[in-house]
Amino acid sequence: MKNLLNPSRSRTLSQALIAGFVSVNLAAIGMVELFGERYLVTGILTMGQVVFLLAPAAFSFFAVRGTGKDWKDLLKALTIGLVAGFMLLLFIWLAVSFPVRSVLLNVSPSLIDLLTFGLGTFAGSLALLGVTVAVSLLAAAMNYLPQLYGRAILYGFSLTLLLALLSQILVERIRNFFGQQAIGFLFSSGAFKPLTALVLFILLTALFIALPRLSKPKAAAPKPRVPVKLARQLALSLLLLALPFFLGTYLTEVTNNVGLFLLMGLGLNIVVGLAGLLDLGYVAFFAIGAYTMAVLTSTGPLGLGLSFWFALPICVVVAALAGLVLGIPVLKMRGDYLAIVTLGFGEIIRILALSDLLKPYIGGAQGVLQIPKPSLFGLVLSTPEKLYYVILGCALLAAFISNRLRESRLGRSWIAIREDEDVAEAMGINLVRTKLMAFAIGAGFSGLAGAIFAPKLTSIFPHSFSFLISINVLSLIIVGGLGSIPGTIVGAIVLVGLPELLREFAEFRWLVYGALLVMMMLTRPEGFIPSDIMRRELHAGDSENVSPS
Amino acid sequence: MPTILTSNHVTKTFGGLVAVSDLNLEIQEHSISSVIGPNGAGKTTFFNCVTGFYRVTSGEIVFDGRPIHNHRPDQICEFGISRTYQNIRLFSATTAIENILVGEDPRLKANVIDAVLRTKRFHDDERVAVDEARRLLEFIGLRGMGDQLARNLPYGAQRRLEIARALASKPKLLLLDEPTAGMNPHETGEMTHFIQNLRDDLGITILLIEHDMRVVMGISEQISVLDYGSKIAEGKPQEIQKNQRVIEAYLGRSATSGNESKARKGAAHGDA
Repeated sequence: MKNLLNPSRSRTLSQALIAGFVSVNLAAIGMVELFGERYLVTGILTMGQVVFLLAPAAFSFFAVRGTGKDWKDLLKALTIGLVAGFMLLLFIWLAVSFPVRSVLLNVSPSLIDLLTFGLGTFAGSLALLGVTVAVSLLAAAMNYLPQLYGRAILYGFSLTLLLALLSQILVERIRNFFGQQAIGFLFSSGAFKPLTALVLFILLTALFIALPRLSKPKAAAPKPRVPVKLARQLALSLLLLALPFFLGTYLTEVTNNVGLFLLMGLGLNIVVGLAGLLDLGYVAFFAIGAYTMAVLTSTGPLGLGLSFWFALPICVVVAALAGLVLGIPVLKMRGDYLAIVTLGFGEIIRILALSDLLKPYIGGAQGVLQIPKPSLFGLVLSTPEKLYYVILGCALLAAFISNRLRESRLGRSWIAIREDEDVAEAMGINLVRTKLMAFAIGAGFSGLAGAIFAPKLTSIFPHSFSFLISINVLSLIIVGGLGSIPGTIVGAIVLVGLPELLREFAEFRWLVYGALLVMMMLTRPEGFIPSDIMRRELHAGDSENVSPS
Repeated sequence: MPTILTSNHVTKTFGGLVAVSDLNLEIQEHSISSVIGPNGAGKTTFFNCVTGFYRVTSGEIVFDGRPIHNHRPDQICEFGISRTYQNIRLFSATTAIENILVGEDPRLKANVIDAVLRTKRFHDDERVAVDEARRLLEFIGLRGMGDQLARNLPYGAQRRLEIARALASKPKLLLLDEPTAGMNPHETGEMTHFIQNLRDDLGITILLIEHDMRVVMGISEQISVLDYGSKIAEGKPQEIQKNQRVIEAYLGRSATSGNESKARKGAAHGDA
């Protein structure tokens, strides 16, 4: 008994229980059943199976990772697989023996059928147990391969699954480029054929094995030579320019949304990430930019009918001025108090837009309609593909400006204020000017995003500017890595692009999204691509990361 | 020697508490002066008044011929007063050199437009600033450590870095708040030496708050003693060491005379 309860065993046991609990829950809420018919690999693997096997596999993998690579550690994986399997069996037994459906609506016979692989209760139960144990052991066994290969297989497998998940989009895109024949060759009824999946997995794994070898000699060199750097930048520019061509209308539309949120993220990154001023009403400047553009360019009764390009700088200036107006009263506020005041400001702007007071000018709840799409040299940028270039240009400009500001005395002053406001002031930094600069520039970026948002939708309404947008922008810069510009880019892609790609999860979309966010912040609290400082700060213990000059 | 800092009848109250009371002080240019006193005597409050962090309740502070008591901390820094803190307050998540660069900020001229366009003015500014920061790092013995995070530096180095950051604004008067707090005798000796060098090499005036009497007596040319917000003595180290009121303030009256202690207690009751 004493032996059974030693810390490492009880830890394994609790992990096993959690894994089983997650699997049973996912089955009970109906996720397994929903995806039971959704094949990832035709005839072999459905998404439903992935859903209930994911937890035991992941827990086994992490339970063995970082241990001494003793074969006895596989016992942990065995435990996790067995416990999770038995919990699923218990669930099946309960479902079969009692009328649990009156409480758990989703526990249907077809769910039981799915969990038992359609083999009947007894044989199916054995099969289920066997599969959970096998998957757990396999996942754990990845740790025993040399790190390079283990990681490559893991990444290859995950990416294959991810691509299989996105098969609808893939089918559509491939049909567009290579025609129906290619679809028939690679897919059957919307999922990968087994051979396709296998080849893809092998190719991706090989790629991940080769990748570190390819990049290593470059890392050893002191700095990439200028032509190499130039060639890389050229390739990246070409890719960015050609992107709408590859993505098609729907994905370009998603990319455009990512771009607008990226613009806002870059602005909020200055306010929150660098200057440390927690702003929860950031959507206000987005709204101000959008309404300014709407009123200046609309061809409807409320608009002035000016050109987009003439109005664009005006919108930025108006939003920046609004940033100053918000900034002045909150100069003396810090932390939580600042957050509440800015939150109020965001709501005031939205409610003002809704109000009767401003209805003659900005239309109240009816909004502003008939905002024309921008046109360039007579060419109307009507499609997402064309608008993409406007957003790309603005996002690049914003990234460029914020990068240069960051690496200047203003950037240093912002960081100093974030670190210790009183000391920064005692060191001669003018708090008023520096803070207002952060608010104004941040608001300007957001106003720019709003100014593009208005003609993109051609009509705007107050309810497009809810508090949730502020929270989304804040989340994306935190997930990406506070204070880091590449992090903001990744954050925007993940937080704005991913939910679009998760559409297939239907009502479980936000559940999956939320779970991913929680996992992300638990495993990488510093964000995907942290700023150098954050990385050093959070991993100060890993001494190899701290390199003296 | 001319006076660089004058405190005329400075009083600072917090509600009913009188932290600094009618304080008159004169600091001579190029001197090393100390302010000492028991805990809660109002020394740091006085520093906060001088650097503009607190607004004085009454009285005036004149620096370099100009009243400064109505100015903001950043303006006072530009006038030429810089300080360090009792508990080290570096920008701890930034590197050592960035800390110094922030200290240099008021002396830089490039504006936002320069920064975005990377004009010649920006590049000149940055080059001068970084050179100066490197020179200061070398001066405090942290050569080549500029890329270390401030918080990862050893304690003594953090203390010196804080002084370097204060020096970066090229102050005429440097206020040091307990520069040797938490140091062992060896480190304290080094710091004392360092402070002396500061004055001799850079020709600045130094005013320090210090509890370590060996440091105070060793390097101060003038000492002011505060107790309950008021100045109770002033003079050269030898004079202060013999001053009866100072000894009383530090050790209590009973150390000198039991009877007077009782008398004081009675007086206190009377006041209340």
